[in-house]
Amino acid sequence: MKIAVTTTGNDLNSPFENRFGRAPGFIIYDTETKQFEAVDNSMNLNAAQGAGIQAAMNVIKAGAKVLVSGHCGPKAFTVLKQAEVKIFNANAATVSEAVEKYVSGMLIEMKSADVDGHW
Amino acid sequence: MKVAVASGKGGTGKTTVSIALAMTSPGMVQLLDCDVEEPNGHLFLELENVIEERVSVDVPLINTDTCISCGKCAQICQFNAIVFFGSPPMVFNELCHSYGGCMRVCPVSAITEVPNFIGKIVSGRSGRIDFSQGILDIGFPMATPVIRKVLKKADGNNDVVIDSPPGTSCSMIAAVKESDFVILVTESTPFGLNDLMIAVETIKKLSIPVGVIINRSMAGDDLVEKYCEDNNLKILMKIPYSHKIAKICSTGGNLITGAPDLKKKLEDLWKFIFWTTGGEK
Repeated sequence: MKIAVTTTGNDLNSPFENRFGRAPGFIIYDTETKQFEAVDNSMNLNAAQGAGIQAAMNVIKAGAKVLVSGHCGPKAFTVLKQAEVKIFNANAATVSEAVEKYVSGMLIEMKSADVDGHW
Repeated sequence: MKVAVASGKGGTGKTTVSIALAMTSPGMVQLLDCDVEEPNGHLFLELENVIEERVSVDVPLINTDTCISCGKCAQICQFNAIVFFGSPPMVFNELCHSYGGCMRVCPVSAITEVPNFIGKIVSGRSGRIDFSQGILDIGFPMATPVIRKVLKKADGNNDVVIDSPPGTSCSMIAAVKESDFVILVTESTPFGLNDLMIAVETIKKLSIPVGVIINRSMAGDDLVEKYCEDNNLKILMKIPYSHKIAKICSTGGNLITGAPDLKKKLEDLWKFIFWTTGGEK
């Protein structure tokens, strides 16, 4: 299964990014093959509106079934829920730390958005 | 003729000036309160014949029975208001700018426009002032559609005073851009000056004649005065820093009750604006 982790870099040692919609990118990590790929989300950094929605689309297009990020707003949450992507809150320094925490079952699934929408 | 009262910085006295300006107009006047996120003009007027109308914007409604899941509606939307990753597309009404692109590109006409109610307009009469005020519903982020509806209340027969929202973003620009003259109300503080400068740059881009009113004027106005002098901006009027004016305005009274000598100055200000703009209605 593929999991998406928000990051400012492009490999497993890159820093974990707390923001979701305006995260510079994602690492898509495959828990079976242990392979990963980097997905660019930088076009959303300066989006006037709807960054969370487009970031959610990027996660869905990459085929991830799980998102690990610091926060998730209401519109992104709605889109991900509709696409049956599970969202987990993490507090981590690097992508690999976030992945390990997820794999070992240390993260809690979010049942609702944890930050307000912003404009 | 339309006169917009704007500021940049909030709390400088836009509504105080707008009400006083409307009260001293040469004839019948329309006062349009466009600060739809925090309208307050009604607090200073005793309104009669009050009516309310709802304001809506058009948003897409997708008929899931006829939708063929092509995703074209999501592709064309520049505001990310439609998301598509399978059937049916999801619509986020609060992001929609009502351009209707989705409806036009839909190959099977599965999209119709339906009203999404986002606010209301309250109108009433107070003496010679014909007053309208926009009120954006709580939770809706887009103020400009409500502002545009308030501005449509201008009937073209009377002079209009527009009480603009603060700041220099979309809301303020929507409120002032069709006006013939802009009055920027400021105060002699570094904040007041900073925001005045931004507001002046904004109005210049819109090519509308502009003048400045200094509110809460006291010794130490030099900052703003120097800026106005250096930039060829006319200081239209000064409202003194006065406990009496503050007290009267904070209990629903108006500037003219607080400072009767300003009545003549406001009447002269109307004349000046008529003269500057050519005076057309």
